[in-house]
Amino acid sequence: MPGRRSLFVLMALAFGFAFLYLPILAMIVYSFNASRLVTVWDSANSPTLMWYAELFRNAPVLDSARLSFRIATVNATGAVILGTLAAFALERYRRFRGRALFGLLTTAPMVLPEVITGLSLLLLFVALEQAIGWPGGRGATTITIAHITFSMAYVIVVIQARLATVDRSLEEAAMDLGARPWKVFFVITLPLIMPAIASGWVLAFILSWDDLVITSFVSGPSSTTLPQLVFSKVRLGVSPDINALATILVLIVTACVVAAGVYMVRLEKRRARDAQTAFDAAT
Amino acid sequence: MNAATERLAVRLRGLGAARSQFGRACVILVPYLWLAVFFLVPFLIVLKIAFANIQLSMPPVEPVVTWTADKVLQLRLHFSNFSFVFGDDLYIAAFLNSLKVAGISTVLALLLGYPMAYGIARAPGAWRNVLFLLVVLPFFTSFLLRVYAWLGLLGRSGPINDLLLALGIVHEPLQLLQTDFAVYLGMVYSYLPFMVLPLYSAIEKLDLTLLEAAADLGCRPTKAFFTITLPLTKEGIFAGCLLVFIPAVGEYVIPALLGGPDTLMIGRVVWDEFFGNRDWPVASALAIVLLAILTGFVLLLQRVQSREEEA
Amino acid sequence: MSTDPAARAATTPSPPAPYVRIERLTKRFGDFVAVRQVSLEIARGEIFCLLGGSGCGKTTLLRMLAGFETPTEGSIYIDGVDVTGVPPYERPVNMMFQSYALFPHMTVEQNVAFGLRQDGTPRAEIETRVEEMLSLVKLDGYAKRKPHQLSGGQRQRVALARALVKRPKLLLLDEPLGALDKKLREHTQFELVGLQERLGVTFVIVTHDQEEAMTLASRIGVMRAGEILQVGSPTDIYEYPNSRFVADFIGSVNLVEGKLVEDEPDHVRIDCPQLGGTVYVDHGVSSPPDAQLSVAIRPEKLQLARERPEQPDNVLAGTVTGIAYLGDATRYLVRLSTGFVLRVTMPNVYRREEQFEQGQPVWVHWHASAAVVVMR
Ligand SMILES: Nc1ncnc2c1ncn2[C@@H]1O[C@H](COP(=O)(O)OP(=O)(O)O)[C@@H](O)[C@H]1O
Ligand SMILES: [Mg+2]
Repeated sequence: MPGRRSLFVLMALAFGFAFLYLPILAMIVYSFNASRLVTVWDSANSPTLMWYAELFRNAPVLDSARLSFRIATVNATGAVILGTLAAFALERYRRFRGRALFGLLTTAPMVLPEVITGLSLLLLFVALEQAIGWPGGRGATTITIAHITFSMAYVIVVIQARLATVDRSLEEAAMDLGARPWKVFFVITLPLIMPAIASGWVLAFILSWDDLVITSFVSGPSSTTLPQLVFSKVRLGVSPDINALATILVLIVTACVVAAGVYMVRLEKRRARDAQTAFDAAT
Repeated sequence: MNAATERLAVRLRGLGAARSQFGRACVILVPYLWLAVFFLVPFLIVLKIAFANIQLSMPPVEPVVTWTADKVLQLRLHFSNFSFVFGDDLYIAAFLNSLKVAGISTVLALLLGYPMAYGIARAPGAWRNVLFLLVVLPFFTSFLLRVYAWLGLLGRSGPINDLLLALGIVHEPLQLLQTDFAVYLGMVYSYLPFMVLPLYSAIEKLDLTLLEAAADLGCRPTKAFFTITLPLTKEGIFAGCLLVFIPAVGEYVIPALLGGPDTLMIGRVVWDEFFGNRDWPVASALAIVLLAILTGFVLLLQRVQSREEEA
Repeated sequence: MSTDPAARAATTPSPPAPYVRIERLTKRFGDFVAVRQVSLEIARGEIFCLLGGSGCGKTTLLRMLAGFETPTEGSIYIDGVDVTGVPPYERPVNMMFQSYALFPHMTVEQNVAFGLRQDGTPRAEIETRVEEMLSLVKLDGYAKRKPHQLSGGQRQRVALARALVKRPKLLLLDEPLGALDKKLREHTQFELVGLQERLGVTFVIVTHDQEEAMTLASRIGVMRAGEILQVGSPTDIYEYPNSRFVADFIGSVNLVEGKLVEDEPDHVRIDCPQLGGTVYVDHGVSSPPDAQLSVAIRPEKLQLARERPEQPDNVLAGTVTGIAYLGDATRYLVRLSTGFVLRVTMPNVYRREEQFEQGQPVWVHWHASAAVVVMR
């Protein structure tokens, strides 16, 4: 039943998406502006790639990007390993001592304000260092540990949801045919939850790559991640090379998401077609 | 089968069972220990330090538990941090303001997010995927950079002021940055996807024949929306509001970048106490109070929800 | 029409004035035609069944009557009023959904009262009517329950009560008993008919179950691929199918191809190579000579005998190749000398009914009125 109501919905959609995307588009446009004042368009010398060139000559930016990438990669891998174990424990072992606490510990990091997580982890590292002399100053290691701890919670949600949809009888059939539990996991369960593991990895990577608040608490003077560098710059106001940096990051992410989306749509279409052919063949 | 092989078989079976027990223990214990060490223990330390005194050293806190000269374990709890927190109008104002900003932002996000989610859920197949991706996309682009994007837009010489001037609505540039308005804008902007996604999945799950049944029984579309669609997507609304409200209360980046010096929000105050004043005990006490508020809030919401389900 | 109109008239009551009139209704989804040029007339107080296989357009036709789908062409009149463009919430029609579509967040009482509330019926009247309706469908003690606290059969009755409480001019039921198990279904069929007779509401029921259609309907419309092939009373449809499809779809039938060799007003003779002989039928056929026809004979109208019966026509020799004892009857497969296999059902009237045995030579015979001639 079209009419006034759908018009209202369409307007909300248009407004909402404009709201979400116009700021990003503006940022991209200004990244080609030659003016140092960013929002004042210098039509004589624009568009220009000068800020991109400057960005790639900027050693601190490149260093911190490299550090962020390293941390994010290690974090994603660690979070996926721990998260898969935890999701498996929660989904498959319905009863064990301390399950309630475990359930709480796996969800709490998602709802805890970042300032609290960061603060508490820093206090832990300080206390540990006093007690056992480790971790010996703060830096990439402490940041990675902190990131794994909070991004693991998100990974667990993704993998657990997928695990719940895996038909238990497949695992039982494998066991019935003589496969041992570990083998069943690697040969049957793991391939089935692989899509969730992949998206969990990406999610953990992004969370780590983006994080500012927790990182600021647990990082040391010698380790500055990209968000920390960006934050210290933009606190002082807009800066043209940040626009260039943002543009590059947005384009990379967009390309990845669009590729994943196209792939998903294709997959869905093929599935629908297969189902249709199967249906036609059966009738 | 003779007795010896039978005994061997029993022992082997026992070994198998023990091995699978061991596997199970590993699966549970590894993540459990990690979370206990890096999440639970730190939390207890915050609690401990909230009850400690500040001192000029590294770390800048007095120990709570000490051995006295005559080998007696001594526990000194200072409630002064809490009385300090509750005694200072500044902190109370910061808490109240955080709740206010988060609450209003949540409502605004809901008002914009619901029709959007509705539109996406009701869009024709191919469009639905595209629109869904468009909502997800901001998730993957840097939070910090998206907040930063508003710095340029809202500036005195930014395009919004340019537009207002050109249209003759204002005659000199408005101060948009470093205002509460900018903070609300940034909050809604950053957390809108968190609102839209649970709403979308709730609306999409809604059985459309229920709306047809309502129409069949004489109910007009607008009324059907309020009597059928809205009540049946309540869980999505709860989830969306929670996902926006909780992080918004403790938010640091948005008030720090877009808010003015007088935009008091508790995340920012904790940060400043910690990094600026190096007052770890007060920062810890603030964190504990914030956590208590949020926990109470979540429990309250759960109570309301479970009572709804019972009814 | 292939069968003699005179013979048909004997079994069809003359229709009362139409209450619902559907005129050349067509519905297209893109290029796909879900309902094609359907014209129908339904009388007041009738139970009309739309019968057809899955995907033949029954639900689509019903949804056009309810107002959920806009017809591509054609129009619908109810009680003389053109309702083609009227939105569902203004039609004097109610529907019972295939999935029941009970509002999960409302109690049984609130569900049933929903329709009356929309009309602004006074509160007291709503209360009494809801109560009446609930006791009519035997759900007196269940007013405060939520749908998920009810069994399948109870949910079905709530859905029925909710649709009936507004006293619609027309009640549409989409597979109303589809979700119930067999025993409950049979029981509910009779309850439904009883309720309809008491309230006098006109029912249009969609079903794919021919037995259900036969039990419930005063008239049946058989659908295939968006078209209505035949409309008639259950007897009509069963005894005088007008096409191979209808004959085959309703019940079990032996279909044999043949050619008209003798065409008289009071009888015809058809040569059927598959049977290795001719079939004598005691009514006339209105089709051109030499046309290719089919002869349809129901299995229960065939009879078996050990000795050759004394009749000149409609006797064939064969061998029993399959036996299925069903309790009330026994079904035989009889292979003729041509290799064609006939299905024969013999009722078990006596407890120790004489049974035929596998491989036994038998004679198959039937009465001249047993066979129906249909166009191919
Ligand atoms: N909204 C629609 N869009 C496209 N095709 C539809 C739609 N509704 C029904 N159809 C198609 O119309 C045909 C008839 O459907 P339906 O009336 O539901 O059949 P039945 O109820 O007899 O099983 C089916 O092939 C179905 O796929
Ligand atoms: Mg149907």
